[in-house]
Amino acid sequence: MSCFIVPAAEAVITTIAAKAIKAKEVAPKTVEVQFDGAGVETAEKIPFSRKIKWLNNLLWGGSALLAFEHIWHGEVTPWFPFLTASGEPAQMLHEMATTGVAMSALVTCVWLGMVAVSSAIENRAVKAQPVKSQVAEQ
Amino acid sequence: MTLLITVFAAVICTVIWYKNVPKSEMNIGILCWIYWGASLMWLVDAIFEYADIGAEYFNPTPSDMLNDFYLGLSAVALGLVIWLIIVLVKDPRGVLKEVLLKKKN
Repeated sequence: MSCFIVPAAEAVITTIAAKAIKAKEVAPKTVEVQFDGAGVETAEKIPFSRKIKWLNNLLWGGSALLAFEHIWHGEVTPWFPFLTASGEPAQMLHEMATTGVAMSALVTCVWLGMVAVSSAIENRAVKAQPVKSQVAEQ
Repeated sequence: MTLLITVFAAVICTVIWYKNVPKSEMNIGILCWIYWGASLMWLVDAIFEYADIGAEYFNPTPSDMLNDFYLGLSAVALGLVIWLIIVLVKDPRGVLKEVLLKKKN
């Protein structure tokens, strides 16, 4: 009925957070990496503001299509009070607290997994660097 | 059905993105985010519905299936429209800028 409001609200918060983080962020670190045995290239570590943008995109995209589904089922109307379930606030709040929170939590968990994997790949590239330098010196 | 269609759309877009990265000029990544975000949210919806009605969830009536199929296709179309608007606004290849500047000249 109104479950998409929770991820949409999270999207608003993360969008503001992303802008604030980007404003304070310093230039990203650059590392030299070797792709597929080819020559060494310079690569930038992904700044955290860009990683938060991944979460924004997931939340905004999902919320938009879910909002469309609610319009499809007649649960969202273009006139006040916009949500047909607003006549039953207890039911609406219950759905937001269960399905809505679970949606936000799952999307955030998936994003955290993506951040962990990308950080691991970046750290591996940085750690491998001295070994490559030694090989180059030899 | 809606979840299934969105997951297929997300997988197809991700494969296209993976094939073209890092030279992707069409911002296919945006489509991946939209469809994966919606898929995850509809997955939660499906889990709650399954918890509520049990195995009956996997036996929808033909009319429900048709409605969900139609909804899934419409959701995919909406995602494509959102992506197209973003691509036209960002204009990564500078095509719109070129066309508009030519008209002015």
